[in-house]
Amino acid sequence: MSQSRDGARDEARDRARDGSKGRSEARSSLALRGVSLAIAGRPLIAPLDLDVNGGEIVTLMGPSGSGKSSILACVCGTLDPIFDTTGKIFINGQDMTGFPPERRRAGILFQDDLLFPHLSVGENLAFGLPRRIKSRQERDARINQALVEADLEGFARRDPATLSGGQRARVALMRTLLSEPRALLLDEPFSKLDVHLRERVRRFVFDHARAEGLPTLLVTHDPEDAAATGERVVEVQPAMVDNSPASRPPQKNHEISTVDHREVGIIKKLSL
Amino acid sequence: MNGFRRIGILRAAPGFTMLLFLAPVGAGLIGTWLPAFGIFPALGGDEFSLAGWRELFAYPGLGSALRLTLVSGLLSTFLSLALVIGFVASCGERKSFQALRRLIAPLLAVPHVAVAIGLAFLIAPSGWLVRLVSPWPSGWDTPPDIATVQDPYGFALTLGLVVKEMPFLFLMTLAALHQTQADRRLAIARSLGYGPVTAWIKTVLPAIYPQIRLPIYAVLAFSLSVVDMALILAPTTPPPLAVLVLRWFNDPDLSMRFVAAACASLQFGIVAAAIGSWRLLEILVAKLARSWLTDGRRGGSGGALAPLFGLAAGAICGLGAMSILGMAVWSIARRWRYPDILPSAISLDSWMRQGSSILNAGLNTLSIGLAAAAIATILVVACLENERRQRVPSNGRAIWLLYAPLLVPQIGFLFGTQVLAVHLNLDGTWLALVWTHLLFVLPYVFLSLSDSYRNLDERYVRSALCLGASPGRVFWRVKLPMLLRPVLYAMAIGFAVSVAQYLPTLFAGGGRYVTLTTEAVSLAAGANRRVAGVFALLQALMPMIAFALAIGIPALLYRHRRGLRGIA
Amino acid sequence: MRSIQTGIRQVFIGLICLLGTAAAGQAQTQGETLAANWEETLAAARGQEVYWNAWGGDERINAYIAWVGQRVWDDYGIKLNHVKLSDTADAVSRVLAEKAAGRTSGGSIDLIWINGENFAAMKENGLLFGPFSEELPNFAGVDVEHKPSTLVDFTVPVEGLEAPWGMAKINFIYDSARVKTTPRSIPGFLEWAKANPGRFTYPTPPDFIGSTFLKQVLIELAEDRDELQKPFTSDERFAEVTAPLWDYLDALHPHLWRKGELFPANGPAQRQLLDDGEVDIHISFYPSEASSLIATDLLPDTARVFVLEEGTIGNTHFVAIPFNASAKKAAMVVADFLMSPEAQAEKQNEAVWGDDTVLAMSKLSNEDRQRFDDLPRGAATLTPEQLGATLLEPHPAWMTKIEAEWQQRYSR
Repeated sequence: MSQSRDGARDEARDRARDGSKGRSEARSSLALRGVSLAIAGRPLIAPLDLDVNGGEIVTLMGPSGSGKSSILACVCGTLDPIFDTTGKIFINGQDMTGFPPERRRAGILFQDDLLFPHLSVGENLAFGLPRRIKSRQERDARINQALVEADLEGFARRDPATLSGGQRARVALMRTLLSEPRALLLDEPFSKLDVHLRERVRRFVFDHARAEGLPTLLVTHDPEDAAATGERVVEVQPAMVDNSPASRPPQKNHEISTVDHREVGIIKKLSL
Repeated sequence: MNGFRRIGILRAAPGFTMLLFLAPVGAGLIGTWLPAFGIFPALGGDEFSLAGWRELFAYPGLGSALRLTLVSGLLSTFLSLALVIGFVASCGERKSFQALRRLIAPLLAVPHVAVAIGLAFLIAPSGWLVRLVSPWPSGWDTPPDIATVQDPYGFALTLGLVVKEMPFLFLMTLAALHQTQADRRLAIARSLGYGPVTAWIKTVLPAIYPQIRLPIYAVLAFSLSVVDMALILAPTTPPPLAVLVLRWFNDPDLSMRFVAAACASLQFGIVAAAIGSWRLLEILVAKLARSWLTDGRRGGSGGALAPLFGLAAGAICGLGAMSILGMAVWSIARRWRYPDILPSAISLDSWMRQGSSILNAGLNTLSIGLAAAAIATILVVACLENERRQRVPSNGRAIWLLYAPLLVPQIGFLFGTQVLAVHLNLDGTWLALVWTHLLFVLPYVFLSLSDSYRNLDERYVRSALCLGASPGRVFWRVKLPMLLRPVLYAMAIGFAVSVAQYLPTLFAGGGRYVTLTTEAVSLAAGANRRVAGVFALLQALMPMIAFALAIGIPALLYRHRRGLRGIA
Repeated sequence: MRSIQTGIRQVFIGLICLLGTAAAGQAQTQGETLAANWEETLAAARGQEVYWNAWGGDERINAYIAWVGQRVWDDYGIKLNHVKLSDTADAVSRVLAEKAAGRTSGGSIDLIWINGENFAAMKENGLLFGPFSEELPNFAGVDVEHKPSTLVDFTVPVEGLEAPWGMAKINFIYDSARVKTTPRSIPGFLEWAKANPGRFTYPTPPDFIGSTFLKQVLIELAEDRDELQKPFTSDERFAEVTAPLWDYLDALHPHLWRKGELFPANGPAQRQLLDDGEVDIHISFYPSEASSLIATDLLPDTARVFVLEEGTIGNTHFVAIPFNASAKKAAMVVADFLMSPEAQAEKQNEAVWGDDTVLAMSKLSNEDRQRFDDLPRGAATLTPEQLGATLLEPHPAWMTKIEAEWQQRYSR
């Protein structure tokens, strides 16, 4: 599939989406209260407080190894138990701390689309669809609707491996959205895409997140991603680049960086 | 509630597996060592006594038996390893590498006994190879009177072991190559000006050796204590130690069991000493080679080594393939006299007449193999899934425990295990057979599956969990289907291992359970090649079919799923 | 070194006998009542499963046993399982071990193909069920008058503890297309082997054919053959009497196949060597075996038989039931069927096995006699006159010690 056609589809879909149901009236929210991470007794991240409103996209930035992906894992409940965590996580005002991931309903997208290779495109989407929707007809209808939204009508029986990168990214998002998440976590979801594709997929994801009124947390090391949100950016500093004090440059306790003209985010404290 | 209970079962999986697994080995060893020192109440042995040992050391053939055991065991392990290292180092980038790779996998599936029977015919003075050159140009109107099979030095047994163990070490090496990203190491060394063989030995071998150390020890232990192949390829006056043990255990004079127990303990000591010495040798070589590694010598192109090792490895595989082919021809032969290259008369009689035996032995083999492979796979998956969910890092020590039944010579503990089975009233039952097979099947299933299982991208699981699926659903709907190919492959390996078991079947089956392997061994002793051919061929075919299914079923199910091809 | 072992053995055998006498007495009465009413036995046997432990090294014999299995299934509803042994001693060892473990019923063996020292060992240790054999209906046809070995097995009285199955007699098979002269005596064998180095061998004792060859040598070289009919009186006497045997073997071995350093595992292995052209002589135990091997394409049709001038060893082979067998009634039914004219004629058929019958033709009905008269007679089968005299088996005590001594001398 050629990129230009992909692009054309994205635009067509954008137009279609304008009239789609937004769940803005029941806006959800995501809140982190004093969330901190430590590994083997050594703190990685100092207590972090963060409020993300429905439809808002907050970016966590920082070099690799700074633990920003771990924050996402902590929010959706899949963090490796070798990490010690403190603090609380609220979704829609409900304390989710200690809940298993499947009950938190925080959808996550990774840099790889992670479509299940043994399932077709349609089956992948059906996997995301809640069990609550029982009737076969309705399930199919919802899947078709999602495919239309992703501009992939008629792709239900396709092998995900035969799709282009942009198409797969869109299916992955639709799969997450079909699971009716209450928050959206984006773990560098655009970093593996071609430069010209990245912009379109980004818009597709952001537009949907906003239209669904989802509080969204984006982790990236690409300033362009952050700029594209046009919203708050929180800079995360690596806690430990190297363990030997001699080779470590002195680090600032606070680092605030403005991105674009927007509101500037919080603070990353480091402690050793 | 239900969920909690299930988690409880899963958590118990590693402990349960180890118990199921180590209890018979431990009890077996104790049950063998006690009679070695005179303690065996059922035979009236209540006091500590060294009589068994004294009688063992008074046996005039002990020296020859010991020499035979050591020569065949050590030499075959060394040759197998040297061939694999030489071949992979010198031919790794050549076409012959890929060709051999394809040939070796089926050879791995063929049970030892089938190879031994075929090889015995192939290399005998009246065998296929001699027939190819007789009477012209060799001039041998009657076969030369040279012991090429059952030779007093155990060379035939050594060769048979190499044919079987080289493919095993080769596949283990391939897996290790993959894990250590050998091609990158090699590329870097080559770019620094090192010749291919030198580059491989200096940069790849040190990385992969620790990964293939356990398989090497398993080969060493197996080769030093092999019984089934030795019954066919080793001399009989005296036989190697392990065969002596079996002979004495079966002596109608039950007091010989004290001698047998002493000999089994000696066998255990020999294997332990051999593994210990091998380890010391490793350390020594590593020390001596340290300076060589960094002395900057680049080595040549290794051009002469490649054909040499290619030829040697090819010849070994060729012998294996011809062994099976020879048995296939024998199974349909009616008359096949020396020096005819092919049978002078063909018939399907051998198959027809053996119909009921084939069915009986085949069904036993199938049911025991499937049960052992299925149980082993379930236990291994449960352990791995538990490890994943508890996020326990994989433990190096646990692997050694898992390997115990492969490192301890079978003849050294099966007798004691049989005593345990008698006490539990399980001897001669199907259950005892499956259990005993499990001891040997489980380690291989674990070896085969653990890497694939651990390497599955955990983010698939996280994605699925975040989509609202319960861990159970994620396991059944995401993990298992994605791992179908490696899981089935591991099962096939387990099945192949079970099919090949001779001694465990003999001990646990109480003679009542006939499998293709026990049948093939007893027929091979009678040298009836027509019928032995039928059983050897069937014995070789069964695991091959299992492998074909293990590869074919996922390929068919997922023929429209290109993305799964990379996962295995 | 054997003395320690003997000590242990004595203690052990004492124990066994102690345990055994009670069980044997019980078995005795059981045997009488079981055989008393044959109809009841047949009814009880139906549906039982018989594990028959029988040497399984010969394809033709295995095929015959499979045929028996089919027949007893059809006629009596008995499921017969052939447990193929490589050495009958394995089965003796198993029963002994079961007894040691206190398993006096529900044993794993129901029927054993047996004779000679294995029978003697089982009888001595009270490991056999019975007496039963003489009460089996078909025993009436057994030629006890002219075939005394059906009542006395290797000098040990059978006493109803095993049912005769077949008649064996040593004979030698060679390929007449390749071999022109054959030995006529045991000393002749040595001359022949010297003239034809590497062309003769015998199966590894304790294989029954290998052991029988040793006994043939022993008897032919012995000064007093009657002495061999009794257990040896002392180890010194044993050494004296067997000295000619060892001298003979010491002289013979360097001229054997593989210079006497390796011996074939059993009879069929030697048969294969003959067919492969590696040796020129195969020692056979069944008078019609040569013809049978030709008929089944296992030997060329130029195969012929020779025997020795002074006669060769002959014996009877039997089936016995262990004291703790699980399916005694069905085992008796099988033993009875094995003695039936139908089964005996099938067994003697050269196209099947070629093992001589234990029955007396004079005791059979015309119809049954016809079964035997109709059997094909191959060119390689000798007449009873040509087969010559039958030498009696020595007492098993000789055999057991000779086998052990052979291992000591030649397996090192």
